[in-house]
Amino acid sequence: MEWKFFLEQAPSGGMTYLGWLGSGLLWTMLVSASAWIIAFSLGSVLGILRTTPLKWLNLAATVYVEIFRNIPLLVQMFLWYFVVPEIIPTEMGDWLKQTYPYLITLPFAQFSLLEFSAAVLCLGLYTASRVAEQVRSGIESLPKGQTNAGLAMGFTLPQVYRYVILPMAYRLIIPPMTSEFLTIFKNSSTALTIGVLELTAQARQINEYTFQTFPAFAAATLIYVVITLTVVFLMRLLEKKVAVPGYVAQGGH
Amino acid sequence: MVDFDFKIIIDNLPFLWSGLMLSLKLFCIALVGGIFFGTLLAMARLSSWRILSYSSAGFVNLIRSIPFIMAIFWFYFLTPMLVGKITGQQGEAVGPFTSAVVAFIMVESAYYSEIIRAGIQSVPRGQPWAAYALGMNYWQSMGHVVLPQAFRNMLPIMLTQAIILFQDTSLVYVVGLKDFLGAASKAGQISGRIVELYIFVALIFLIICFAASRLVKRVQAKMDAGRV
Repeated sequence: MEWKFFLEQAPSGGMTYLGWLGSGLLWTMLVSASAWIIAFSLGSVLGILRTTPLKWLNLAATVYVEIFRNIPLLVQMFLWYFVVPEIIPTEMGDWLKQTYPYLITLPFAQFSLLEFSAAVLCLGLYTASRVAEQVRSGIESLPKGQTNAGLAMGFTLPQVYRYVILPMAYRLIIPPMTSEFLTIFKNSSTALTIGVLELTAQARQINEYTFQTFPAFAAATLIYVVITLTVVFLMRLLEKKVAVPGYVAQGGH
Repeated sequence: MVDFDFKIIIDNLPFLWSGLMLSLKLFCIALVGGIFFGTLLAMARLSSWRILSYSSAGFVNLIRSIPFIMAIFWFYFLTPMLVGKITGQQGEAVGPFTSAVVAFIMVESAYYSEIIRAGIQSVPRGQPWAAYALGMNYWQSMGHVVLPQAFRNMLPIMLTQAIILFQDTSLVYVVGLKDFLGAASKAGQISGRIVELYIFVALIFLIICFAASRLVKRVQAKMDAGRV
């Protein structure tokens, strides 16, 4: 097995093959982090709506979750990238496709902003439906008495959520939310199908240029595993730090 | 904005159907293989034999921490090499479908083993002890006492995972297989009508998976009612 080739000059980007991996990792993290912001905020809103007595909003949130959960991620990726630019007004579609290409030349990879934003939007909106379910089950796992006690104290319903329900629920769902984040991190590899040069795409590209199949994929696999382990470790620390005394964490995911 | 022309779907219906059949075939093989090997992995994980439980845990955690697409690529390149080693013939053509099947069985067995492990642990310890007291051996107690109850407890989660698996079959697109999505993609490239075809694929997946998830809810409700 030959590993030294990683330090050789790669054919493009003015860097070594190791640099390609690094650039891939950077894009994986950028895509995942941006998508997570969408997933977390939208998912929280949807999850909360599904537990409130507001009938229409509740229904809308349910419809959202069912649609985004029941279409494969890769199909959604293609919808955002191939279909949406075609069904919006022509000028807008052309603008998206022609003004943007190769705007993102940031660290070492070249692909268009359309590709990046389609990937982020797709992953974010898809994961929001899963986050919503976690938030909802977190809220529903709390005893009904907590809401009632809050209301009896004269809190309004939004106040009950803000000061009683949510601080508890978010602490309880740290483990499942960690695995949702790791899911986004892994799922970001589907962005390679629309041309985002993230980590898995770079591993494949290195294999294509050097035929060093094993080292190329092993190196990328190692990076994924190390990051997964790090995130799990950090989130365990956080979970311990914010644990509510007397409340046994449910654990697992 | 495009003018929709959904006639293209009628024209390509046989091709799309063969794609859907390929997806279903992969789904069935991966489901059966995943549950079978997942059960073995779960039993190994819970074994008191350290080597067995550590290697099972290592495999499961490794698979679960890499992207599905990465696993598909691994087996796409590794399976021909392994088959070549076993049969002694170098450069043996294995084909993307076989390597996809191997990848899916491996990945799904890792995911299913975690579900089944929780299922086995949900069966009270007294059950296998009682089985041993009646003179059963390990395999008999597992096969007749523990696993039937474990599967029953885990049925809703296993079915939900099956729906996710069905959606994940679309990932074989990355090795160029003509599954449902791959067939639509191919037909779209030839006809230039990719928009209609992708919308069609999304709708069909939505209908199938939504109906299946309703069914799972029913099973769940029935089981909850039976447990009282």
